[in-house]
Formats: sequence, C-alpha cells, structure tokens
Amino acid sequence: MKPELPSRSFSVAAGLPPPRLPHDRWQPLEVVFWLLPWLAFFLFPGYLVLVSQMMIMGLFALSLDLILGYAGIVSLGHAAFFGLGAYAAGLLAVHGWGEPLSGLLVAAAASALFGFLTSFLVVRGHDLTRLMVTLGIALMLFEVANKAAFITGGVDGLSGVEMWRLLGLFEFDLYGKTAFCYSFAVLFVLFVALRRLVNSPFGLSLRGIREGSARMPAIGADVQWRLVAIYTVAAGVAGVAGALLAQTTQFVGLESLSFNRSAELLIILVLGGTGRLYGALVGAAVFMLAQDRIAGIDPTYWQFWIGLLLVVIVMFGRGGILGGLDKLRARLRPRADAAEGRS
Amino acid sequence: MLSNFIGVLFDGIAYGSLLFLISVGLSVTLGLMNFVNLAHGAFAMLGGYVCVVLMNRLGVPFLLTLPLAFLGGALAGWVLERLLYRRLYQADPLDQVLFSIGLTFMVVAGFTYVWGPTQQPVHLPDWLRGQVGIFGLDVGSYRLFLIGVVIVITAALGWLIERTRFGAQIRASVDNQRAAVGLGINVGRVFSLTFALGSGLAALGGGLGIDVLGLDPTFPIKYMVYFLIVVAVGGAGTIRGPLAAALLLGVFDVAGKYYVPGIGAFVIYVLMVVLLLLYPSGLITRRA
Repeated sequence: MKPELPSRSFSVAAGLPPPRLPHDRWQPLEVVFWLLPWLAFFLFPGYLVLVSQMMIMGLFALSLDLILGYAGIVSLGHAAFFGLGAYAAGLLAVHGWGEPLSGLLVAAAASALFGFLTSFLVVRGHDLTRLMVTLGIALMLFEVANKAAFITGGVDGLSGVEMWRLLGLFEFDLYGKTAFCYSFAVLFVLFVALRRLVNSPFGLSLRGIREGSARMPAIGADVQWRLVAIYTVAAGVAGVAGALLAQTTQFVGLESLSFNRSAELLIILVLGGTGRLYGALVGAAVFMLAQDRIAGIDPTYWQFWIGLLLVVIVMFGRGGILGGLDKLRARLRPRADAAEGRS
Repeated sequence: MLSNFIGVLFDGIAYGSLLFLISVGLSVTLGLMNFVNLAHGAFAMLGGYVCVVLMNRLGVPFLLTLPLAFLGGALAGWVLERLLYRRLYQADPLDQVLFSIGLTFMVVAGFTYVWGPTQQPVHLPDWLRGQVGIFGLDVGSYRLFLIGVVIVITAALGWLIERTRFGAQIRASVDNQRAAVGLGINVGRVFSLTFALGSGLAALGGGLGIDVLGLDPTFPIKYMVYFLIVVAVGGAGTIRGPLAAALLLGVFDVAGKYYVPGIGAFVIYVLMVVLLLLYPSGLITRRA
C-alpha cells in the first residue's frame, strides 16, 4: 500500500487522490518490515516480552487507525473495547476455559457487539459530540469495572488467568517465546485482512466519507451504515488486542479501560502517522521503545516528554514518522526522476 | 428527609456554580474559536496553586489571593493564546485535541516536579468555616460564599457581554467572523482577550474550588470530563447553556453520590450521554 500524498492544488479535481484500482501487491519494503520482529526474536531474546507488547499495542493502534485515519471519527474512548476484550478473555480463562484461540474469538465478538451497539450513538454526532460520547462510554465502562469488583477484581486487577497450551501444543513459557509467536501470528493475519479491507471499494468509500461526508450520499453511499460497519470492525480488532494482552501477560488491570490508555493510543497513532496502517505499527514500536528507555528513569519526566512530543508533532510534524518519510521521499523523487530523463 | 434533600440540593448548586465558573471560559473558546481545548482545567489548577502558594508561603489573606489568581490565569492564557493556540484555530479538531492533551500532560508533569504529587492544603479564614443558619437550615458558610461570588460574577459577565462595546464585539465575532472583520472589528484581539478572560475565570474557579474539588497535579485530567460535559451539554458559545448544564450536573452528581453511592460517578456519565443524544447541539443553542 502506498499512501497517496495530499497534493495541494487550487483545482478540486487535482486535489483528489489519483484514481486507481485498489491493488494488493506487496512491496519489498513491507516484506522487510515483517521480518524485523524475527530479527529481534533471534538477536535480542531478552526483549521478547517488549516486542510482543509492541505488536499488541500496534494491533490496538491499527484498530484506531481504521476509524480515525480512514473514516475520520475522532475517538477519545477506544480503550473501552480494548479493556472489554481483555476482561472477556481474562474472565473466560479465570472461570476454567483457558483455550487461547476461542478466548480471542469470544473477546472479539464481545467487543464487536458492544462496538456495534454504541456505534449508533457515535456516528450521528459531529466531532465534539463524538468526542464526548466515546469518552463518556469509555468512562462508564471504567466505572462499571471499578464498581463490579466481585467480578473484575476492581482496582487490584484480574489475576489468576490460567492459559492452556496454544493449539494444545505450545505452553506459554516464562521467556515469552510462545507469546511472541502467538502475538505475531494474530497481528499478521489481522493486518493482511485489514490491508485488504482498506484497499477494497469499501475502504475507498470510507476515505470518501472522511473527506466529505455530505457528498457521499450523492453517489449512493450509505454513510451511516458504512461508519457503523467500520466502527464495529475496529471495536472487534481492539478487543482482540486486549485479549492478546490479557492472555500473554495473564493479568488484566483496570487501567486497560482508562482514559490514559485511550490518550496514549492516540499519541501512538499520530506519532506513526494516521491513515496508512503501517503508521500504527511504527508508532507503537517507537513509543514503546521510548517508554521502556525513558520511563525506566522517571515516570514523571516521561509524561512531560510525551506532552512536548505531541505539541511538537501538531505544530510542525503533521503526518508523524511515516508522513515525514513520505515528504522526504517526495523531495528526493523529482531529482531522481530528472536524472533518469523522464521528469 | 426534606431538610436533608434541601441540603443536598444546596451542595449541588454550590458545586454546580463552581463548575460553571471554571467552564464558562471553555464554552466561549469553543463557541468563539471552535477550539476543543482539553487543557482548560490546567488554567483552573494554575489558579489554585497561585492561591495556595500566596497564602502558605507569603501569608497573603485568602480573599486577596483570588484576584491575583484571576490575573495569573488570564496572563498565562493570554501568553499561550498568542504563542500557540492561535496557530491552531484553523486546524482540524484532532490536532486541537492532541495539542491540548500534550499541553495538559506537560503541565501535570511540571506541577508534579515543582510541588510534588500530594494534595495541597488550604486554610480558609475563620468566618468562612463552619455552618450558618438560613431559614432554619444549617448550610456550609463557604458554600454560601461560593454561590454568592458566582452570582456576582455571572451578573458581571452578563453585563459585559450584553451591555458593553467589547461584549458586542464578542457576540459579533461569534455570530459571523467574516462580517465582524468586515466591520472593522479586530477579531484577533477579541479572541486573545476573550481567551485570557476565560482562563482567568477558570483560575479564579480553581482558587475558589480548592476546598471543594481538592488540588493536586492531576486536577486537569480528573475534572476534564466535568468541564467538557458542562460545555457539550450546555451548548457552546452561550452563558445560560453552561449555567443550566453546570447546575444540573452539580445537583445530579452530589445527589448521586449521596443517595446511591454504590454506582458513584455512573450517574453523570449516563446523564451526559442521554442529554447529548436528546440535544446533540446542547441544551440552549445560540440564536443565529
């Protein structure tokens, strides 16, 4: 997938992305990207847990990218689905069903159902209303989990999550090898599916809605149902990410539903770059690595630097890391083209 | 039972009027500049710290610290508006949200660094402590003082907006920016002054509210939702809207915590979502 550059022009037609058929061909760079985790697997076995967490946060950020980057819905409460998935998978394991894959499916179904039900509240409003409604729903869920301590463990978190062997073969080991392979497999499978989804006509119509939701009905697109559909899918994916975290760490904390988690997710996505899938993954990797390095020194400073980073991104670096790389490439490209004599 | 209910109502109104005082600036920034400013609570916290530091370190009397808190908040708001906020008026809401979350994080971390993560103590003067009897009811004298202050400020604000030249400029800029510019109104200056005024009021509210809301570095995040609810439910760009929403929220929050403590903060979130669904653009919408 090559994210199209926003070409600023005065003509409306020239401002639109060039018309092209969705294509699914994998670029060499993408293949390299997916080999990187394996490099970490063989070279830095001490960091397996961290890399697994990066992949899980990457999956979570991917789900936000679907609604924020593609459909243009600003959500301040996406952690609701992450936490719901985590609690669904965790509770299932606590109450005697520790089979990982079916746990993932149950978590995905629970989050997707909740996403579907709440999507009707979210899609009807405008930006501020959406912001408030998503925030309100997440806070409500947080309060429920907090007050229902006899089910969820409240502020102490849900412990005692016992997982069975993965596929009946691989035990979740202390070094996190199984957790790593499991997270990688789930992330990769879902990424391939979502990559197909956003390059489909449906994905294109979402971008159309983001750019001008008032015009989409004119070409026969049902805006509300498309938004409901993508919101439900995003909720399900976020639920899978939460379930993965619950299963691999064998613990669910109340903070998985918190506002800070939602805000952090927004930061990750914006850091990497919205609307381009890989941005979510790059953002998660960079963010988690920085957090691991800096937060180890002092958590208070960490929050300060994150805040500064956000302000700087908004002020100067729209598009995040991948957006910056694209600009760099666009600046180098004309010279390269001229050298080959086809300007 | 009845006096009990009236007591809860009274506390709720005091709480609500405090929320109104802090949030009214947010309502104006949102209505006037379409800016989703999640960092608004930071100005309130600044006011609270100005009061505490002046009182505890320098021994300034409580009443005198309040105008200084207002000035401190207004100055901080004015500087930040000039330096940062005004660059983002045309940006999309996502950028504004991210920027203000970033600012909030920095403020929280900075205040923790300087003053530590603990609650700040406040020593009210004697005449504001304890209870006074009105119409046979015992009410907290500080809460009575709070309501009095908010009534005076609301009246002054109403006068400013409805009766003065500057108020007319604000209203004109809210209603139609382009036409206001065409009439020779310096909209940029109106924005700056309004932002400073809103930040100052938030700081004043923060100073007044130490006894009710508490004061520690996580204040802007803890109460962000409340301020946003007041504005989103009340409708941005008006004064009466947030006033009604703040009183409603205050009464329901206090009553919810008093009568059904088991479900706690749940009441106001449900109230918020229901009200937003019934009135997507706020309780009281501005006349075009």
